[in-house]
Amino acid sequence: MPFGNTHNELKMKFKSSEEYPDLCKHNNYMAKVLTPALYEQLRSKQTPSGFTLDDVIQTGIDNPGHPFIMTVGCVAGDEETYEVFKELLDPIVMARHGGYKPTDKHKTDLNPANLKGGDDLDPNYVLSSRVRTGRSIRGFCLPPHCSRGERRAVEKMSVEALDSLSGDLKGKYYALKNMTDAEQQQLIDDHFLFDKPVSPLLLASGMARDWPDARGIWHNDSKTFLVWVNEEDHLRVISMQKGGNMKEVFTRFCTGLKKIESLFKAKGTSFMWNEHLGYVLTCPSNLGTGLRAGVHVKIPHMSKHAKFEEVLKRLRLQKRGTGGVDTAAVGGTFDISNADRLGFSEVELMQMVVDGVKLLVEMEKKLEKKQSIDDLVPAQK
Amino acid sequence: MAHSFGRILSSKRNVGILSLIGAGSVTAGFLLKREHVSAGAGVRRVYPASAEYPDLRKHNNCMASHLTPAIYAKLVDKATPNGYTLDEAIQTGVDNPGHPFIKTVGMVAGDEESYQVFADLLNPVIKERHNGYDPETMTHPTDLDSSKLTSGQFDDRYVLSSRVRTGRSIRGLSLPPACTRAERREVERVVVDALAGLKEDLAGKYYSLTNMTDQEQQQLIDDHFLFDKPVSPLLTCSGMARDWPDARGIWHNNTKTFLVWINEEDHTRVISMEKGGNMKRVFDRFCTGLKEVERLIQEKGWEFMWNERLGYILTCPSNLGTGLRAGVHVKLPRLSKDPRFSKILDNLRLQKRGTGGVDTAAVGSTFDISNLDRLGQSEVQLVQTVVDGVNYLIECEKKLEKGQDIKIPAPYRK
Repeated sequence: MPFGNTHNELKMKFKSSEEYPDLCKHNNYMAKVLTPALYEQLRSKQTPSGFTLDDVIQTGIDNPGHPFIMTVGCVAGDEETYEVFKELLDPIVMARHGGYKPTDKHKTDLNPANLKGGDDLDPNYVLSSRVRTGRSIRGFCLPPHCSRGERRAVEKMSVEALDSLSGDLKGKYYALKNMTDAEQQQLIDDHFLFDKPVSPLLLASGMARDWPDARGIWHNDSKTFLVWVNEEDHLRVISMQKGGNMKEVFTRFCTGLKKIESLFKAKGTSFMWNEHLGYVLTCPSNLGTGLRAGVHVKIPHMSKHAKFEEVLKRLRLQKRGTGGVDTAAVGGTFDISNADRLGFSEVELMQMVVDGVKLLVEMEKKLEKKQSIDDLVPAQK
Repeated sequence: MAHSFGRILSSKRNVGILSLIGAGSVTAGFLLKREHVSAGAGVRRVYPASAEYPDLRKHNNCMASHLTPAIYAKLVDKATPNGYTLDEAIQTGVDNPGHPFIKTVGMVAGDEESYQVFADLLNPVIKERHNGYDPETMTHPTDLDSSKLTSGQFDDRYVLSSRVRTGRSIRGLSLPPACTRAERREVERVVVDALAGLKEDLAGKYYSLTNMTDQEQQQLIDDHFLFDKPVSPLLTCSGMARDWPDARGIWHNNTKTFLVWINEEDHTRVISMEKGGNMKRVFDRFCTGLKEVERLIQEKGWEFMWNERLGYILTCPSNLGTGLRAGVHVKLPRLSKDPRFSKILDNLRLQKRGTGGVDTAAVGSTFDISNLDRLGQSEVQLVQTVVDGVNYLIECEKKLEKGQDIKIPAPYRK
């Protein structure tokens, strides 16, 4: 949709070599996969809604990346993007998701009863627990490509569904453009408010167009279940609370998601999902479960230990600062979450986080007592 | 011309010229073929215009002032022959509500035909921005005969530097918000080719942003020539920064008095400048350089976008007509503190900026003073306005130095 990329008729008059982007200085998955031959093969295609190859890759062209951090470098404009441009996206998915093959099947498991433990993480160390994912509404274009009409329709459907939640999930919607100053301040104090994205990775994809039209935040009265509408995805769903009871957080997460899904089904639509890619989201990095389950955990000793990175890698965990992605840790408190999204079910990823964090806390306690942790270092999961 | 671009150009030229002949009365816009996206499963929802109309209640820009729901409904399904749409043209104005004190334009053109196809919106925007200039009835005079300029030498004790800039677009190629990479590269090739034909005091060299050495980059920064990837959301939201720095670059002559930017906000920005107050010489070089570049591109079958209603066609409607900003850096320590300063500038049709350019602050009472107007008067007229106006400001400063009083001049009449 944005920026005139969605006009193949004009572009097809020029030779492919004349249009092929200069990716010499680029370090992202798209740049690694998109050869001139592949560009030529795919450039005449578009999805039924008109999303083109250049739309997919624009963010990766505009953001050459960092030598140490491999970004994805492309986005989907609709569900069909992953099919129409599979020759580009399958290898990117494989590289980003640990070798996930085009023929692999993804398992979805949102049954919290299958999670073992997770209700006894030490709250002296685990300050808060959180699980998030995203959902896309089938039949509507995704944030990089949607029109204002579509985005508003997504908001309307979502708010209708959320307004019919009851019990401890009952809550209220705050549209970004109608918020009072008091509401805004409260949402900031609760750490719920999201702002217009500033990251060029996101802006270059066109997802911030028309801000703040049809964007908003919904949360339940007890502030433990939160939904972002029309930020990077149609919906981002978050369950969170203070302390270490990941089991409770996950149970609420699954209950809420299933309730919302059934409400959409009653209106004749559903979430974008298929048995190969699981839940379909804007960024290929969030396919599968789209799930990031994590804790804020105090591990000042462990985080300075020489084996910290290795342990995380083996546990299939990832560290971030307490401000989220691309922030630094404060005072030895880290955000620790699952590194994977696709190829493992929700329950499997939760289990990794629960077991892994438990182990990290044990290691921290040992290091406090100046004991060795060598015998606790796990094998690669 | 065997080159593929030649064929595209001749067909595009014809479309462009035909659409311009039908100025005002018939829009040469193609009906956007939304049907072509409905084949098979996954039909794209098409919403009525009312569901798509942007929320402009908090907006203060020219686009928002004139884009009624009726005009939106009329234009939303149209597209230029290149496929550029209304939603694309207004995106920057939707994304940037503006400031209560500063009214921005709020829209851009994606190609020459935008000014025709979206005339129902662009004409009132142009009228507001350019003080009542009506593209449907008025004609814009172009005059690059610098010999007509009088009194063009300022007192060097006050004027530190003199500069004239404009932009030019290459007919047949889309503008920066909409151009493909191939088109942008073609603009670069055509212009660099022409600049290579400049001789004598205009002879120079091209520095492509992609291929610059560290040393070249440092030199260009020291000369204050280097332009960076735009950060202003007014510009980035229009899509003009895509694929940066591909096909962007800077050309300048060996004496560093004539400079061309390629593929920044416009296809080209042309700048003549030097230290001191010899605006006459700056304008002479400006006109000679522009005419020579035009001659060189015409030799190869290209031309600049221009028509008699809107003058030179550029990306932003604010730069139509002459696209010309002629200005000086001038020291006015006493006058700038006089409460009548703004009124004097207004009546002289001048504008002040800080010495960093638009949206910067003045440093130590040295101001950038330039013409307010772009469209409806010729280049010679506008530069004369600056010359006369700056001379008047310097006279005021000198009077204040001697303790004499100054007068607010009568409002400028064309």
